[in-house]
Amino acid sequence: MAEPLILGEPSDRELSEQLLSVVWRPRSRLWLLAFAAASAGTGLFFLCAAITVSTGIGVFGNNIPVAWAFDIINFVWWVGIGHAGTFISAILLLLEQKWRTSINRFAEGMTLFAVIQAAMYPLLHLGRPWFGYWLVPYPSTLDVWPQFRSALPWDAAAIATYFTVSLLFWYVGLIPDFASLRDRAPGKARRVLYGIFALGWRGSTRQLTHYRVLYGLLAGLATPLVISVHSIVSSDFAMGLTPGWHATIFPPFFVAGAIFSGFAMVLTLLLPVRRMFGLENVVTQRHIGALAKMILVTAWIVIGSYIIEFFAAWYSGSEVESYQFFVARPTAPGAGVFWVQMVCNALVPQLLWSRRVRESGVALWIISVLVNVGMWAERYVIIVLSLQREFLPAQWGDFSPSWVDIGLFTGTLGFFSLLFLIFLRLFPFIPVSEVKELNHELRKGHG
Amino acid sequence: MKADLLAEFETPEALLAAVEELYRRGYRVLDAFTPYPVHGLEQALRLPRSKLPWLVLPFALGGGGGCYGLQAYLNGWDYPLDVGGRPPHSAPSFVPISFEMMVLATALMGVLIFFALCKLPELHHPIFEVEGFAGASQDRFWLGIDGRDPALKRGTTEALLASLGASRVAWTGETAKAAETSEAVKKPTEAAEEVPGAVTKEEPS
Repeated sequence: MAEPLILGEPSDRELSEQLLSVVWRPRSRLWLLAFAAASAGTGLFFLCAAITVSTGIGVFGNNIPVAWAFDIINFVWWVGIGHAGTFISAILLLLEQKWRTSINRFAEGMTLFAVIQAAMYPLLHLGRPWFGYWLVPYPSTLDVWPQFRSALPWDAAAIATYFTVSLLFWYVGLIPDFASLRDRAPGKARRVLYGIFALGWRGSTRQLTHYRVLYGLLAGLATPLVISVHSIVSSDFAMGLTPGWHATIFPPFFVAGAIFSGFAMVLTLLLPVRRMFGLENVVTQRHIGALAKMILVTAWIVIGSYIIEFFAAWYSGSEVESYQFFVARPTAPGAGVFWVQMVCNALVPQLLWSRRVRESGVALWIISVLVNVGMWAERYVIIVLSLQREFLPAQWGDFSPSWVDIGLFTGTLGFFSLLFLIFLRLFPFIPVSEVKELNHELRKGHG
Repeated sequence: MKADLLAEFETPEALLAAVEELYRRGYRVLDAFTPYPVHGLEQALRLPRSKLPWLVLPFALGGGGGCYGLQAYLNGWDYPLDVGGRPPHSAPSFVPISFEMMVLATALMGVLIFFALCKLPELHHPIFEVEGFAGASQDRFWLGIDGRDPALKRGTTEALLASLGASRVAWTGETAKAAETSEAVKKPTEAAEEVPGAVTKEEPS
């Protein structure tokens, strides 16, 4: 029934050679092209960030009544994308899903870089990012403390913790592979570099007893953490009274949407990389199919949440809630985005019921991009469309992004790609040691 | 420091069998070096369970509890603000950050304690001078007998390892051209004199 997780019967030596050599094989032209584009995007990001900081956040398109827009849309979107990485590396580890093995480091890298992009927005939105440390309760002459009853300090704590724990988890997972590179990479410079990162790891079983406990512990911590992070992010909204935000469905709704968009982003990145580096034997149709099915499952959780949102708006008996969902979203300015959300998130993933679609790389890639478009649209709808139509019709307004908004968003896409492309060249992005272990286990299983 | 004896095996199964046999013969301070965790090896080596979880636990409790206490003190007593008549010490709103800090403290201290238990980072270890040991991170499975092991006997142990299927046997601390065990070495009893090269050299002081 199930396709194999590793094609052929590669020996440990072949696997080491294939998976480690990604860091010293010559760069392909495609990689260089992508790198150039990503560098341009990164340049754009820093240009727009410089303009924002030197001029002030008035360069953003948001204003009253839409006081929150691209800065938080993109923040929520990027954090959400990160969630699938943790889901794959931690939750699927605890559930002993073997198909996570080939793709977990890849997804963890995606998490880290997505969280970095996410963090840029609140930092820039501070206006004076160098005072960011005011969020930390330190004794100062101001004599006041951060207000911990607000969801915003929760956010800061959640994102900082999430980034740190993801980084530690990623690094600890990399240690055996750094050791492998230290022993195998060509050239003294590389061996010294990877040797420093390997910290003197010997792969001794005494070390491994601690290692395995630590890895399991970090996975156990990351699991509730990832659920807490987007729940806390959703509290930024759910604790407000704005119609369209004030709903108890928000935490699970946000977490499901996050994992939905994250799995789509994994596919968006994985399909071309698998092709570019010829990894069809360790990232097989089984992995791709499993990711596609996860997208379908999370799509249905998201659809369920949409239904409950609309039901709760009607059932609340509140005029403003009903107006928000049944009139403003389908018809108000920007309603086009609402329809994009519905088509991309609810209809497009249904194509994944078909096995032929799940086996077609091109179709899957297009669907995965559309899902992320849809999830971005969802964040836009929740934030902008809700703020446009609050309680008093006299306060209604609309929103259009400034060029700095658009530049920053395009820029983070470039910056994310840049970090990811560097990651592909510097690190063994398929966990070599874990794949060898799985390979040994699978071969023993076959007799 | 006394030199340790190392032996290279081609497969995890051969390594596992060798560990069992050595243990049966009274060797107690053993370790193995493998490219990936080998199922059953920890049990075969009779290694104790890692103490890491117990060492981390106080930091987890301290991180979460301390953070709750801090928030309660700062917002509840030191500078209470009346927001819509809600109590300054409102427990539910202090839970999320306490949870995050519990996770953060546990993860950070977990990694630091792991480093301490594994004695990492380590700048140098004599084991890396052994020829062919680099294979232990690729596709070779090495067994180590600690120099302090009372059963370890220069001359006989090498032969025993060779008879268990080791493809190389070498001592640490000698810039050893690891002895490829010759075909002649088959019976452990005869092997003492016959194990060639570096293996029978005098241990450097």
